[in-house]
Amino acid sequence: MSVTDALRGAGAKPAGKRPYFLDAEVERVLAITMSIAQELAVSRQRTDTLERLLLEKGVLSQGEIDSFVPDRAAAAERALWNQEYIARILRIVQQENEAVDRPDDIASEDVAAEVGAQS
Amino acid sequence: MSKNDPAADYDGPPDYRVIGRHALFPQTNHDEIERINFLAQMNRHLAANVVPGVKQSYERRVAPAFEASEGRPIANRHEARKALLQDPAFRTWSALRRLTMEQRQQAGRWTALRQAEQLAEKARELTEGDDRLKLDSSLQQPRYVSAVDHHCMPGSYHTEYFPGDVTNGANYDHAGFVTTSGLLGKYSDGGGHAVARWVKRNLPDFQPKQILEIGGTVGHSSLPLAQAFPEAEMTIVDLGAPVLRYGLGRAKSLGVDNVRFVQASGEDLSIFPDASFDWIQTTMFLHELSTSSMRAIMAETRRLLRPGGIVLHVEQPQYAPEMPLFEQAMRDWDAYYNNEPFWSRMHEMDLDAEMIAAGFERDQLIHGGVTAVVDRDLFPDAADDDKEDYGRKAAWHVIGATV
Repeated sequence: MSVTDALRGAGAKPAGKRPYFLDAEVERVLAITMSIAQELAVSRQRTDTLERLLLEKGVLSQGEIDSFVPDRAAAAERALWNQEYIARILRIVQQENEAVDRPDDIASEDVAAEVGAQS
Repeated sequence: MSKNDPAADYDGPPDYRVIGRHALFPQTNHDEIERINFLAQMNRHLAANVVPGVKQSYERRVAPAFEASEGRPIANRHEARKALLQDPAFRTWSALRRLTMEQRQQAGRWTALRQAEQLAEKARELTEGDDRLKLDSSLQQPRYVSAVDHHCMPGSYHTEYFPGDVTNGANYDHAGFVTTSGLLGKYSDGGGHAVARWVKRNLPDFQPKQILEIGGTVGHSSLPLAQAFPEAEMTIVDLGAPVLRYGLGRAKSLGVDNVRFVQASGEDLSIFPDASFDWIQTTMFLHELSTSSMRAIMAETRRLLRPGGIVLHVEQPQYAPEMPLFEQAMRDWDAYYNNEPFWSRMHEMDLDAEMIAAGFERDQLIHGGVTAVVDRDLFPDAADDDKEDYGRKAAWHVIGATV
């Protein structure tokens, strides 16, 4: 079985019409969110496994991660990463706020009619 | 609470890595295991921390609002469920519970499908030429199995994706841990051990030679019976070839040899002559049937039972007048939202009357109760668990009969 087939088969719909308990849009977003929560847990546990193995092998010592203090350059890199990360996640909020300043914004669909006009 | 020691205070499912493995058990990598751990914790969280809020909402909002608008209290579980469907607490819990099941199926199926050919090859090595596996490719799947996939398990127990496939057995076996949060024990066989213990305690002189389990799938509940009575021969019948093929490989790998797996419908077991068995067992099976098939199966058990033999059905408790309507409505959830369509009707039927209609005598009926028997060093024990997960807890009723 190919990976593509296995992926499609793993997510296959069971026979039986799906019930919805919330507005379909909300439930769809909740479904995606819960899958991401699951994958975040998986990632977190993988990091924890790595830390414990490094500890066991003597690469890390107990408490080293919790007492870690980045130097000035590392602190700046890490802080920037957080800023970039938040900016990516909250892109839509940024764009909706920018839209407030663009009262004359026009939809591409309307422009399509305008630029495609015959005369 | 013991002095801020998180390990001592821990209450919940064990890490999945304590699960018992066998030759046909799928390989699970780190992230697949953690997906199962997360989903088991989700179910535990929903039962322990979210359900109490649903109950409170029912008592404080749902029931009073119904009474205010209708001028009378909620009268039955169907009214209770429909009223709950208007309430945000029930709807949120329901959406999360459904999603957790869907995520569990996706997680388990991915693990099984990505190694489907390797598992099939191992199954072939373990079962080829073994007359203890009898498949019948002409068997038609009945409507009660084919209409909707039970517990949202795509392809149910019977779909084969290629010849020799065991995918749906492997998925059912290895990720069932999620639904019961480990309450069924190391080999998901706590129900079977409970039944074996119940029989030994209550019928100490019973020495069965031929035991039959109907709807035994991969043998979770059957193998403990075969182990408890090593002189007996255990026959497992099921509709699904992938679970039976997987089941024999699993049994052999676990060193349980007094078993055979036969593909047949419990409604028509004419392959076995009258009075063939000393003990006929079903475990968490009746609720996946239909009224007509349940009656046919009960009649078959009567025909197949030898004098002095027993039939035992293990199921979640029946709806009784003293069971609160809220609990009944919550227990009905699986019927309507988890593709267990016979659950609701089956749990309101008078099973004593059904047994009598099938030919058993009223004064020879058997009633009892069991909780899963697990390795208590590693797994939570349902007998000590005061959480209620409405239909999923490993605590069951026994109804049966002797002849």
